[in-house]
Amino acid sequence: MLEVEALEVGYGGIRAVKGIGLTVRDGELVTLIGANGAGKTTTLKALSGLLRPSAGRVRYNDRDITGLPAHELVKSGIALVPEGRGVFARLTIEENLAMGAYIRRDPDVAADYNRAYTLFPRLAERRKQLAGTLSGGEQQMLAIARALMSRPKLLLLDEPSMGLAPLMVQKIFETIKAVAAEGVTLLLVEQNAKLALELCSRGYVMESGMIVLADDADSLLRNPQVRHAYLGE
Amino acid sequence: MDIFLQQIVNGLVLGSIYALVALGYTMVYGILGLINFAHGDIVMVAALVALTVVQLLSGSGLPPAVVIAAAMGAAMLVCIVIGVTVERVAYRPLRRAPRLAPLITAIGVSILIQYSAALVWGKQYISLPELLQPTSIAFGGAQFTDLQVYIFLLAAAVMAGLLWFIKSSRIGRAMRATEQNPDIAGLMGVDTNRIIAFTFVLGSAIGAIAGVMVVLYYGLGHYFMGFMLGLKAFTAAVLGGIGNVAGAMLGGLLLGVIESLAAGYIGDLSGGVLGSNYRDIFAFLVLIFVLVLRPSGLMGQRISDRA
Ligand SMILES: Nc1ncnc2c1ncn2[C@@H]1O[C@H](COP(=O)(O)OP(=O)(O)OP(=O)(O)O)[C@@H](O)[C@H]1O
Ligand SMILES: [Mg+2]
Repeated sequence: MLEVEALEVGYGGIRAVKGIGLTVRDGELVTLIGANGAGKTTTLKALSGLLRPSAGRVRYNDRDITGLPAHELVKSGIALVPEGRGVFARLTIEENLAMGAYIRRDPDVAADYNRAYTLFPRLAERRKQLAGTLSGGEQQMLAIARALMSRPKLLLLDEPSMGLAPLMVQKIFETIKAVAAEGVTLLLVEQNAKLALELCSRGYVMESGMIVLADDADSLLRNPQVRHAYLGE
Repeated sequence: MDIFLQQIVNGLVLGSIYALVALGYTMVYGILGLINFAHGDIVMVAALVALTVVQLLSGSGLPPAVVIAAAMGAAMLVCIVIGVTVERVAYRPLRRAPRLAPLITAIGVSILIQYSAALVWGKQYISLPELLQPTSIAFGGAQFTDLQVYIFLLAAAVMAGLLWFIKSSRIGRAMRATEQNPDIAGLMGVDTNRIIAFTFVLGSAIGAIAGVMVVLYYGLGHYFMGFMLGLKAFTAAVLGGIGNVAGAMLGGLLLGVIESLAAGYIGDLSGGVLGSNYRDIFAFLVLIFVLVLRPSGLMGQRISDRA
């Protein structure tokens, strides 16, 4: 579904992603882990069209999508739940969800609001409230629910557990699992490597802008290097 | 005649025109963080285009309402084209430049439009041919004309329509989302360049309506008229809280009333030294007071952008 080749992304002169390759197959759950500043967010920003790669190629469903802007990529089925949630603070929850459905003109949208509210009853209670007044966990729920409103085929998640209490992290991961069970393909960036590797079937490990390890999630969980660097053992 | 009531009525009419112009400043500021100094001059172009259309059609025997509608349509069209072109050519390339660059550019565009207008229409005052005979209406000690009523009602309708549009339409929602976070709006599928261009379309069209109102109200137009009108409308936008659409409306009405009341009483207050031709100083006193005492304006952002 997604094939990335020799991707390079930079900020001005600084190269943050230095020629990485990765693939995500249809229906797969893949994680990208790595330390702070490794280039994970930069990678997802490039894949979702927020940043233009300076070199390399991105193919999505056998189409070259390198350098396409975000508003076109979302139409082809790629959605990003950005780092730090990025909810529209001065829009209501309902309006945030409506923004998620911005590209859609089909009559099923109404049903999808209900699906979002069933998935996150907490959002349903607060639908007329400004998103800026939500707690961090609720904002994360909203960010995920909003991304789903576009009916993505490939969902990119950037550290959905960041800054959340353990119980909330668990809840978010259960939701992600439920979303994946519906057939949405996932590329998950996480600091919480253990949770991510347990959820996903394959993983990539990123260090200073390069991919240093790629393997099945189980093997990575058993890999002494990974255990030492990312699982705190 | 009751001066107080009279000046309130005059102030509301004038203020509704300020409010329409202020909307153009505030919408562009909201979405780009840019003070579009050329906006007042776009309003000037609307006034001069309207004058030309009325001149061409006067004596054609068409009813005044049709002439005014034609003038308004032509003015809106020309202003939309200018507004969108200015955004595309002058502001978009500077989107990521330091703030000073687009600001200086805006001043340059303002001067460019003024002198282009001077080339087309000349530097003399242009007056409105005989078109309307406003009938006057007496109300509780104040006198006003049916023209004033029409101006105020049209302005109110435009403002109500705009508020509804921004609050309830799909594009209005996308405008608010783009204003809050253009990158995230892009992730939702919003082509933010188009939304920004559309903001200029709206601001220019509404400014054009205001420009035509000025011509009908004062019966005069001039290539430099956009300067003072623009500064006052900008003051109104700051008074209401720049970036806030409802604030611009409130600020415009308030500024119109303040200015009219001050003009009505300035002779008495200064013992006859200053006449009502000094009225323009009040707008700038208001601007200075707001900037010093409450820079965020009456309805400035209360909820932070951070989420
Ligand atoms: N806007 C920016 N301008 C300049 N450099 C940046 C910018 N954003 C990120 N960087 C740099 O790019 C590198 C990769 O950053 P990135 O945000 O992709 O890391 P990350 O893996 O997501 O880290 P984290 O786990 O902390 O979120 C870092 O060295 C960072 O300092
Ligand atoms: Mg990151």
